[in-house]
Amino acid sequence: MRRLFSSYHVRIETRLDNPGWAGVLSSILGVILALIVGGFVMRAAGATDPIATYKVIFKDGFGTPSDWQAGIVALITNGDCPKGSLCFGPISDTLVKASPILLTTLACILAFRMKLWNIGADGQMFFGAWAATAVAVFVLPPTTARPVMLAAMAVAGIVAGFIYGAIPGFLKARLNINEIITTLMLNYIAYKWVEYFVVVGPWSLGDFESTGRFTAAATWPRLTEYANRIPVLSGLTAHPGIFLGIAVAILLAWIINRSRWGYEIRVIGHNPKAARYAGISLVRNIILVMGLSGAIAGLAGMNEVAALRELNGRFQRGYGFTGVIIAWLARLNPIAAILVAFLFGGLLVGTQLIQPQGIASMLQGVILFVVIGTELLFRYRIAFEKVEEIVVHQIGDTQ
Amino acid sequence: MAESLNAFEMRGIVKRFPGVLANDNVNFACQVGEVHALLGENGAGKSTLMNVLAGLYRPDAGEIFISKQKVVFHSPQEAIAHGIGMVHQHFMLVPSNTVAENMVLGLNRPRFLLNLSNIEDEVTALGEQYSLSVNPRAKIWELSVGEQQRVEVLKILFRGAKVLILDEPTAVLTPQEVDVLFRTLRDMTDRGHTIVFISHKLDEVVAIADRITVLRRGKVTAADVPAEGTTKPQLAQLMVGREVLFRVNKKKAQPGSLVLQVKNLNTDNDRGLPAVQDVSLQVRAGEIVGVAGVAGNGQRELAETLTGLRTAKSGQMWLGDLLLDNHTDWLELGRQLAHIPEDRSVYGCIPDLSVAENLILKRFSRPPIAAGWSLNAKAVRQNAERLVNVYQISTPTVDTPVRMLSGGNLQKVILARETSERPQLMIAVHPTRGLDIGATEAVHKLLVEQRDAGTAILLISEDLDELLSLSDRLIVMFEGQIVGEMPAEGADIHTIGLMMAGTKVGE
Repeated sequence: MRRLFSSYHVRIETRLDNPGWAGVLSSILGVILALIVGGFVMRAAGATDPIATYKVIFKDGFGTPSDWQAGIVALITNGDCPKGSLCFGPISDTLVKASPILLTTLACILAFRMKLWNIGADGQMFFGAWAATAVAVFVLPPTTARPVMLAAMAVAGIVAGFIYGAIPGFLKARLNINEIITTLMLNYIAYKWVEYFVVVGPWSLGDFESTGRFTAAATWPRLTEYANRIPVLSGLTAHPGIFLGIAVAILLAWIINRSRWGYEIRVIGHNPKAARYAGISLVRNIILVMGLSGAIAGLAGMNEVAALRELNGRFQRGYGFTGVIIAWLARLNPIAAILVAFLFGGLLVGTQLIQPQGIASMLQGVILFVVIGTELLFRYRIAFEKVEEIVVHQIGDTQ
Repeated sequence: MAESLNAFEMRGIVKRFPGVLANDNVNFACQVGEVHALLGENGAGKSTLMNVLAGLYRPDAGEIFISKQKVVFHSPQEAIAHGIGMVHQHFMLVPSNTVAENMVLGLNRPRFLLNLSNIEDEVTALGEQYSLSVNPRAKIWELSVGEQQRVEVLKILFRGAKVLILDEPTAVLTPQEVDVLFRTLRDMTDRGHTIVFISHKLDEVVAIADRITVLRRGKVTAADVPAEGTTKPQLAQLMVGREVLFRVNKKKAQPGSLVLQVKNLNTDNDRGLPAVQDVSLQVRAGEIVGVAGVAGNGQRELAETLTGLRTAKSGQMWLGDLLLDNHTDWLELGRQLAHIPEDRSVYGCIPDLSVAENLILKRFSRPPIAAGWSLNAKAVRQNAERLVNVYQISTPTVDTPVRMLSGGNLQKVILARETSERPQLMIAVHPTRGLDIGATEAVHKLLVEQRDAGTAILLISEDLDELLSLSDRLIVMFEGQIVGEMPAEGADIHTIGLMMAGTKVGE
């Protein structure tokens, strides 16, 4: 009994050569594909012209060339921003948005480099925000000098984040409890913790669900504070938090690529058995990396309350999850994360006024989906081959 | 049986992997009812060629014919449907399932209801027929390696294989088990089965094969040589392209001070069962102590305990005056204690990191590689360039990821890292497993040099020839215990074989 037929066969093969540009290309392709898919979803949601929508998003997120030109002219002539132009407004908003995102991204990158899936940067950020608030409002007197106050808040945020990250780290290292579950669950504890203090509990000012405005010393200086000298800065809320993020990114890049400890992290991340073989302590490093990952997220929390100038019940959730997406888009490279966080900040700012709400989250989700999908295509290759004929013998027919 | 009847024929097989031409226009055919040995060094393309025949790889060019019909296999299922089955070097069994359950895995027979007792009867009958008896209800993990191999052979017979491809089947067996296997193979050829026997061990090939085909660097260097009248040196020359030393040149050992002392060591295996039982041994500076034993008799656990990868249950270990226990800083100790791990790519290296980064694994925490909190990039590079040069590691650059290196070169990277700091003690586990003759010679030479430089070496191997030619003293392990100790010179391979199988000798 024989059957003859021809057909195409699809097979998936592992690529042994994985050039560096493939990663960059997959990130870029991922974003482009996500925008296309997002366009179709927006059409389905009733948008008549998705491309126009994207233009609006870009304009609101980054401004237009004529805005920038007007801004630069105003800067040089030391004049006001002309009526009808946004000047640096959108970029300033984007930088404000990008700074917590950059920090949570860096928190994720550090943990992900050791293949520790910390998806609790959100909770660690909340805890950092809570601790920084405690220092600003309840520990230090309002008369404290600004640099001292901000430094103390940063330390509080870092320590709180460290502890909140080290807990799942300890559970992972000692008891081998899956860190994905623990970090995810700890997020909700952190949300409720903050909610208890500012909504129902001891920190709430009456019905305001807020600690109330911090003393000026506990807030980031904003560009608008200098508007009396440089008029074009009027209304700009950009603050030095973005430099904090950039500094941490550079430090992290140095740690991972150049330091002894970074070598340990890379060895463990790539092959924990070889690390054990060499005598590198897994327990110590897992706790330390989770702790430091949490510390960076905690710093994001401090940065955010210093920018918002209060801790309230509407403290934004989700930066920790956005960090996961950007960490992958940046291919776990801290320096690349700076650029991607800025672009993502623009996306978030630009989609704020887009209806229906949730376009930003939808695009984020599609981007992550597509980036991971394209990464698969770069790791494997799909080959089509035409099959001329297949001879199928029945068992027992071979003789 | 007609002389000309071919069980299968492969014509012009070409198979490329990135950077490697694994099979270069290979022709290979077997006659029905013969044992045909496929001989070659590691990396010569033997396994690749047979994986093509067994449907695991698709060739880039070339054709396969069975009964003069051209066939194209897209999966091992299609190959087995044509009567071709392969027993791989690493068994493909589900350890927690029974023998019978493993038999039916992946078969679409029976279609709905699985009546295991029928299968069990069939397995028993098949086992008796081919003298491959195993208990069909036993779980795979309960079986010895030799028994597991029998299950693999039964599995492909059960699927109706007429051609059996055995990839390095003797690597895990005692000499006695090898004899049994060889008798079984003869039984099978008498019943009209055809055997392809992949090996790089010349003795075995001469002993079992009817005809021999030799591969070197992906090409056939000798086809269908009758085994009768062929000598080992001839085959070796065909295999490596030059004459080969079969004995290691070494002087008599000059044992010095006591370096490793183990007293009453007990260790459990991964399942929590005793693996090393009451082992006491000593290794002196400048001697090689070989540990013989069938795989799975506690050698792995012994090596892991001595190198800090496994915690001892009781007993003491001393490195010179230093007690090795839970408080030992193994990272710091890495300088004095070299370890050539059993599994190169699992423990010995970080495949995705570069040659240079792999070469600092044991010394990154000390100057000159360490410079304060950072790594001295220049020192990392110099270290790599020096070692690549001295140990003749062939790699495109020191920044190449080690996963791109061949097995022999990877082992050289590990040896370079482990030996270049003149360690006090070296634990070498299967240091030449899977290496070709050239690389094996280089590794042997290195070990003897280390010994002569005063390193105490504990050599764990399953290659008795290697143990006999390298060791100064021999220890035999069986079921976690030391069952015999003797000077390597003049040791009788038959006696050792009996000890490895648990037979008490000389009592």
